[in-house]
Amino acid sequence: MDLKTLTFVVVGLSFALYIGVAIWARAGSTSDFYVAGGGVHPVVNGMATAADWMSAASFISMAGLIAFLGYGGSVYLMGWTGGYVLLAVLLAPYLRKFGKFTVPQFIGDRYYSNGARLVAVICLIFISFTYVAGQMRGVGIVFSRFLEVDIVTGLLVGMGLVFFYAVLGGMKGVTYTQVAQYCVLIFAYMVPAIFISLNLTGNVFPQLGLGGAVASGEPFLAKLDMVVRDLGFQEYTSGNKSMVDVIAITFALMAGTAGLPHVIVRFFTVPKVKDARSSAGWALVFISILYTTAPAVGAMARYNLHATMTPGVLTGEVFAEGNGLNYEQRPDWMKRWEATKLIKFEDKNGDGRIQYYNDKSKDAEFNAKVEAAGWKGNELTVDRDIMVLANPEIARLPNWVIALVAAGGIAAALSTAAGLLLVISSAISHDLMKGILTPDLSEKSELLAGRLAAAVAVGIAGYLGYNPPGFVAQVVAFAFGLACASLFPTILLGIFSKTMNKEGAIAGMLSGLIFTFGYILYFKGIFITPMAENIPANWLFGISPEGIGSIGALLNMAVAFTVAKFTAPCPEHIQHLVEDIRTPRGAGGATH
Amino acid sequence: MTSPDKKSGEAYWKATLSLLTVILILWFVVSFGFGIILQPALDSIHLGGYPLGFWFAQQGSIYVFLILIFWYAARMNKIDREHDVHED
Repeated sequence: MDLKTLTFVVVGLSFALYIGVAIWARAGSTSDFYVAGGGVHPVVNGMATAADWMSAASFISMAGLIAFLGYGGSVYLMGWTGGYVLLAVLLAPYLRKFGKFTVPQFIGDRYYSNGARLVAVICLIFISFTYVAGQMRGVGIVFSRFLEVDIVTGLLVGMGLVFFYAVLGGMKGVTYTQVAQYCVLIFAYMVPAIFISLNLTGNVFPQLGLGGAVASGEPFLAKLDMVVRDLGFQEYTSGNKSMVDVIAITFALMAGTAGLPHVIVRFFTVPKVKDARSSAGWALVFISILYTTAPAVGAMARYNLHATMTPGVLTGEVFAEGNGLNYEQRPDWMKRWEATKLIKFEDKNGDGRIQYYNDKSKDAEFNAKVEAAGWKGNELTVDRDIMVLANPEIARLPNWVIALVAAGGIAAALSTAAGLLLVISSAISHDLMKGILTPDLSEKSELLAGRLAAAVAVGIAGYLGYNPPGFVAQVVAFAFGLACASLFPTILLGIFSKTMNKEGAIAGMLSGLIFTFGYILYFKGIFITPMAENIPANWLFGISPEGIGSIGALLNMAVAFTVAKFTAPCPEHIQHLVEDIRTPRGAGGATH
Repeated sequence: MTSPDKKSGEAYWKATLSLLTVILILWFVVSFGFGIILQPALDSIHLGGYPLGFWFAQQGSIYVFLILIFWYAARMNKIDREHDVHED
C-alpha cells in the first residue's frame, strides 16, 4: 500500500472511531450539553482536558519552535504546564463549588452585574475565535499535505466532523470523543519520538535520550551544541532573549492557560470539588507525556536536519570540499515538502549543493571561513511548522508511522476546535440569550439555540481557517495575552477578595483587555500597519507583545483595587456567596 | 451566622492560604528561579547529559508541577476533613 492510501485508511479509521463515540454519548439535556451531566470521572476529565488543551499548536508547531529556539523554547514548556498549578490551586475547585455552567456566568453572579457578564462574554468570544482559526488552519495543512486534497475540501471535512459531534453531542459528546482523540494523538506523537531516540541515543525514553549520549559516547546535547555552533547558530542550550522578557512571556502563558474559558469549563463537569483538584493533576499527567517528549523531538529533529543537509558537521568538518548535500540527491521527503513551499532551496553560489547555515552570524572567524569556502548565503529555508510532520520522514521511519502522525495532527486540531466551539456556543445561548436578552427561554429552546450557535461558530471557524486574517501565527500572543490580562485576574479576585465590587471588576477587566489589545496591535498591527517596529528598544520595560499580558494582568488588579476603594462596597449577600465558594461542602451538580 | 462557625471558617481559610503560599513559592522557584533566573549558573552542573538549568526549564519544572498538584489535592482533602467542611 502506498503512503497516500495508507494515510487515508488510518485517518478514516480514526474518524470512524470519533463518530462512533459521538453517537454513543450524545446529549439529551442542557446539563449534558454544557457540562456533560456533571458526572465525568476525574481521570477521564483529565484526559479530555489534555486533548482539549493540546491543540494543533502543541502537536504540530511546538517541537518545531523548540528545535529552532533551543533553550528559548522553554517559555512554552514551562508556561503551558505551569498554568495547571495556578488552575488547580487558585481557580478550578472554587469555580466547581460555585456550580454554574459557564465562566461569564460566574463573573456575572459574583459581580452582581449583567454588564460584567457581557464584558466576560466579549473577552471569551474574542479569545476563543482567534484560537479556533489556528486549529482549522492546522486541519487544512495536514489534509492538503498528507491526503493531497484541496485545502477547502480538507476544511469542509474537518468542519463537518466537528459539527457532527459538537453540535449533536454537546459537552458530553465532546468529552468522550476527546478521550479517543487523546489516545490517537499521544500514540502518534510517541511512536516516532521513541524510534528516533532509539536511533540516535539507544534510549527508549525520549526524556532520557535527550540527556543521553550519541554512538560516539559524547552527550547528545553537547554534540548538538557543537553542531549548531559550527554552523554559526546560537548554542542550543543557551538563550538569547532578555531575562525580563522570558519571565514576562512565561507568566503570561501560565496565567493565560489558567484563564482560558475552554479549559476552565472542563472542571465544571466533574462531580465534586475534590475531583476538580485531582483532575487538574491528571490533566497535567496526560499533557506532560507530550510536553516532556517535545524537547527531545525538537532537539533530535534539529540534529537530524543538520546531519542530512551538512553531513560533515558531525565530524567537525563543515567547510570540507563537497560537504553540503548534493541537491540532485536530496531525499524524497524533501521533494514532497518542496511541493507545499514550506521548505525552499535557492542555489546562491551555483555549486548544486545545499549550504544550510546562519548567514547572519556575528562571529568574524566563522564568517571568514564562510567566505573562504565560497558560500554566498544560506540556501535553505525551513518552515518550523513542518518539523514534527516531516520528522518521521527525515528519520526514515516506516510509512505507517507517517500516516499515524497525520491522524494525530488532525486529532489534536479537532479536539481543541470542538472544545472552543462549545464555549462559544454556550456563551451565546446561555449567557447572552438566556442570561441577558431573553431570560424566559425554555430549556428546549436554549438547547436549540446552543446547537444553532455552535453551527454558526463552526461556519465562521471554517471561513477563518480558509482565509486566515494574516495573523494565525500571532494568535498565540493574542489569545493568551488577553486571557491573562482580562479573565484570569477577575476570576482570581472574585474568589480571593471578598470586598471586590462590580465597578472595580469591570474597570479592571476593561483596562487589562484594552491595554493588552492595544499594545499587541501597536507592535504587530493586525488589521492596521504596526505603529512602531517590533524591536526590544521600542518595548515597554523591554517586554515583547507575547509577554505583555503579564503587565496587563497587574494593571487589571491595580485598577480594580483603586476603583473598588472609591465606589460602593460589595453587598453583604455577595460576601456570603464568596465565603460559601471557599468551602467544599454542599457542592451539587452544576446548574443554571 | 453563629460565631464559632465563623471562627472555624476563618481557620479553614487560613490553613488553605498557607498551603497555597507554600505551593506557589515552590512553583515559582523551580520555573522562574531554577529554569530562568539561575539557569546560567546552574548550567555548569550536569545531570547526565543535561545542563541542570536547561533540564529544569525543559523537564524538571514540569515534573515538580505534577507533584505539587497531587500533593495539594491530598493536603486539601486532609484540611477539609480536619475542619469538617469535606463533601460526603
